Amino acid sequence: METSETQDARGPKKLVLYVAGETPKSLAAIKNLEKICTENLPGKYVIEVVDLKKSPQLAREHNIVAIPTLVRELPTPIRKIIGDLSNSEKVLVNLQVSENE
Amino acid sequence: MTVLEGISKSRTGIVGFDELTLGGLPTGRPTLVCGTAGCGKTLFASTFLLNGARDMDEPGVFVTFEERPSDIISNVNSLGFDVEQLVDQGKIYLEHISIDPSELEEIGDYDLEGLFLRLELAIDQVGAKRIVLDTIESLFSAFTNPAILRAEIRRLFDWLKDKGLTTIITGERGDGSLTRQGLEEYVSDCVILLDHRVQNQISTRRLRIVKYRGTAHGTNEVPFLIDQDGFSVLPISSLGLNHKVSDERISSGVEDLDAMLSGGGFHRGTSILLSGVAGSGKSSLSASFAAAACERGEKAIYFSFEESVDQTVRNMRSIGTDLQKHIDGGLLHYVAARPTFYSLEMHLAVMLREIARVEPSIVVLDPISAFMGSGEQLEVQSMLLRMVDFLKSRGTTAVFTHLMHSQTGSTETDVGLSSLMDAWILLLNREIGGEFNRELYLLKARGLSHSNQVREFVMSNTGISLLAPYIGDGRALTGSMRQSEEAKARRSEVERRAEVTRQAERIKHRRRKALAQIEALQAELDADEIELNTVTEAEEVYLEQSAMDQQQMEKSRRVDG
Repeated sequence: METSETQDARGPKKLVLYVAGETPKSLAAIKNLEKICTENLPGKYVIEVVDLKKSPQLAREHNIVAIPTLVRELPTPIRKIIGDLSNSEKVLVNLQVSENE
Repeated sequence: MTVLEGISKSRTGIVGFDELTLGGLPTGRPTLVCGTAGCGKTLFASTFLLNGARDMDEPGVFVTFEERPSDIISNVNSLGFDVEQLVDQGKIYLEHISIDPSELEEIGDYDLEGLFLRLELAIDQVGAKRIVLDTIESLFSAFTNPAILRAEIRRLFDWLKDKGLTTIITGERGDGSLTRQGLEEYVSDCVILLDHRVQNQISTRRLRIVKYRGTAHGTNEVPFLIDQDGFSVLPISSLGLNHKVSDERISSGVEDLDAMLSGGGFHRGTSILLSGVAGSGKSSLSASFAAAACERGEKAIYFSFEESVDQTVRNMRSIGTDLQKHIDGGLLHYVAARPTFYSLEMHLAVMLREIARVEPSIVVLDPISAFMGSGEQLEVQSMLLRMVDFLKSRGTTAVFTHLMHSQTGSTETDVGLSSLMDAWILLLNREIGGEFNRELYLLKARGLSHSNQVREFVMSNTGISLLAPYIGDGRALTGSMRQSEEAKARRSEVERRAEVTRQAERIKHRRRKALAQIEALQAELDADEIELNTVTEAEEVYLEQSAMDQQQMEKSRRVDG
């Protein structure tokens, strides 16, 4: 299910964060993710925030159940992290583990 | 019983279930359907949903957490639902929610708002009134934080209730609780337990309403069935003894048997037991009951637990009864199933359903003894009791055959069965003088005066006939013994007649002789008479002469003197 445009181009990869409205959990997740990316992974990722309240069909399309969900589709395999990303170390481990492959 | 106020119900369209629950599932509320794997939860739920969408104008959403939608579609398509069409018409939406725990990491706090959004989208898309969650427990294997899950599930149920959706939640049966994850805590309105039990290698599906708030409901287990007609619940209600009775007589199809019952056959709506040893003609006689009903233009069902339809048709043709034309004509319904195919209860349920569907005037069960192997004697008896009651309440004549293992004296089973039956025909097959002969005896026939004779039961290619046995010398004889006895009797009769003739002849002869003697004596008498007359005359002549002589003598003396 992928668009393989910039995978090998060494450009920044996309991280999609699915939220549902401006709930505390969603806001916390956005804040945490932005912090992690700027502090630890500068330039490696671009963050896209999708509000499923506004476009619920995307939840169906991307099979999202839990909110918030962070999806890293590339590089494969697909990774999904759910929760408010309050533990930045764990987030980093999860984003990097597969990247080192 | 009436529906209590405040509870409105949504029909499931599941045969028998709506009757059992007096209307279906509680509208706008969640119902938990739980049971072990393979007990039919998904089928129950999908039948509820599809019937609603197709027949009751209540569109539905099927949320599957386990099976893929394509599997669900093919599963229910085999039961006669065209799911694709319903999906195309926008009456059904299949939402597949699958979570692969291996690609998921939990970091921090989360909720299941995504699930809610997806459900809402699906619900709005078809305007759903019904929803099925099958089975929400798989979320527990996808997410590791049970505290969050429980809170979210509780929220989900409340949310569905607020939306007024009639919901079925399926749950897998756990140890010591109804569901593994204790879903029953969250569903307080209606809980249905499906069970799939195997006893003596025979499986039975059973359904029990554990809880149904606001409705009087039985807590008994009722059997249910999954077959080509889908899901059907088969409530077996116990009926009282207040059925109407009929004075109408119906023919047994055997003229001679009708004649034994003061000429008119059995009463309509009675239960008749035909018991006998192997090969005594039970099936043939019972089939002739059925054939007779068909001849009258009535419907009949023949439940056979030993023979296939072709076999019975062939066998009956050999004694001059054509069942095939009745089967083709739709009057005779022949249902063949091995006793081990279902459990007792299921058999009963299937039979009742069939009877309710066909509405026959006569039902044949051949033989009921086949069940003895598949159940306790008490169970068999209670099943038959329910069957008898059911048939009586409908005024349906019932013919049961029972295979006896011995014909010397009645076994306990026979005694137990007999009290349920209105009429009991005993078929014997006895060896006398080197040959077996079938005999028929009317052991009882409630409310009918009947012959107390043992008849010889003869099956020929022209049908069944009952011959009066030879009765003489204080014993009854059948078969060739009867024939030889009858011949002997004929011979001795001839002899006796000849003897009488001879005797009469002898007497006549003697009489003639006596008459001749009388004649001779008379002649003698006559001769004597003649002789006597002659003597008398001579005497008179003599006396006259002598008187004259005297005078002459005196005359002459005077002349002298």
